[in-house]
Amino acid sequence: MIKIEVDMTKCQHYGQCVFEAPNIFRLNNDDKLEYTAVADDSERANVEAAVDVCPMQAIRIVE
Amino acid sequence: MGGLRCAEALRRFGYTGAITVIGEESWKPYNRPPLSKEVLAKEVSHQAVAFEERSATADVNWILGTKAVSLDVEHNTVTDSDGQTHRYSALVVATGLRPKRIVVENSELANRFALRTLDDAMALREQLQPGRNVVIVGGGFIGCEVAATATKLGANVTVIHNASHPMLRQLGDELASQMQLRHEAEGVRFLLKRSVDDLIGETSITGVKVDDGEILDCDVLVEAVGSLPNVEWLSNNNIDRNDGVLVDSAMRVTRKDGSPIKNVFAIGDIARFANPLFDGVPRRVEHWNMPTETAKRAASVIAAMLTEAPSYPGILDDDFKPLPSFWSDQYENHLLAFGLTSLADRAELAQGDIGGDCVFEYYRENQLVGVCGIGMRAAVQSYRSKFI
Repeated sequence: MIKIEVDMTKCQHYGQCVFEAPNIFRLNNDDKLEYTAVADDSERANVEAAVDVCPMQAIRIVE
Repeated sequence: MGGLRCAEALRRFGYTGAITVIGEESWKPYNRPPLSKEVLAKEVSHQAVAFEERSATADVNWILGTKAVSLDVEHNTVTDSDGQTHRYSALVVATGLRPKRIVVENSELANRFALRTLDDAMALREQLQPGRNVVIVGGGFIGCEVAATATKLGANVTVIHNASHPMLRQLGDELASQMQLRHEAEGVRFLLKRSVDDLIGETSITGVKVDDGEILDCDVLVEAVGSLPNVEWLSNNNIDRNDGVLVDSAMRVTRKDGSPIKNVFAIGDIARFANPLFDGVPRRVEHWNMPTETAKRAASVIAAMLTEAPSYPGILDDDFKPLPSFWSDQYENHLLAFGLTSLADRAELAQGDIGGDCVFEYYRENQLVGVCGIGMRAAVQSYRSKFI
């Protein structure tokens, strides 16, 4: 399993992560980011891609 | 950033050999976009923008504060500004851009700033004080972001721009004029279709002479007039350096006769390549996600080549069509865009209200080439599937 953390004081809800890891990240009806904090290892590559593309560098994978 | 992302991707694709990164700046890689936005408004520090280091790239050899000065593709060597020569099996050119500067007679006056690096942002931040007269030359995205930040910090801001509206090329007439209104409501003054004639002052700038004769009081001059690719060091290798570096779809640097150099790659802002999402015209794209996308593409090819994987050379023919993406924050206006809006010949309001949050579609003839929204991010995001 992997654990994901988003620093919501940094996040500006650009949603770039949504496209890299759609099973983990989503924008809600108010355009705010929501995410699943724990995911299967099979999501690791997608979440790493999301970490890379986050404009605010707000996403971390906590092992 | 491109260098870091490429090193990380090389490890991910299974390359375990040595990696050296040579960088002119003394800082380890950091995130540039916040330098004109929220970081400039608060406290500018490396810590605020540094990329997190990953264990996979802990053994990368960083040579910082040193720039690459020449390349010899015959002998596979790069020489740096300390006089050291480095041999390579594969080379990645990721030397990026530097700001263009305005050309005027009084160019030696102090208090002229550009904004590209962390050091630039630190120097500029000190100058953005309440009551200061800030003149920004260039009304593109960087110029407008600095205008918004400086205004929020209490400065008096004038923007001198050569087109009829700020950010016109990317946003089109209607959205660009709307953004101009929003800046003006915050107190920014625009001098449009204007340029700088000369600077006035003894040792430091006190005024700017505009080409219509007006003299502006000026304590701080910010030059945001575009950028130039750092490709001079590649000379004498017969490389196509006409606006950045021409690369093929595998990011391999191309000679003037059109043939690729098998083990030399270019990524990021300087890589000029054709993107089949739009057409076959090679272009440099200075959008945020391009260093990451091109770094990954180059790394996948390099790792396959150096590890003699069965996927090489077939991997050279894989599709590469990254969707450009950019965003901008100016006051409470959050712009998010996909595609290449600057290719469009018309823009249409698709959702929302031009006076509030809205989404514009950008078309070249009947092809959707871009989308841009103020707010409404979920709506803008939904367009990605129309491109990919």
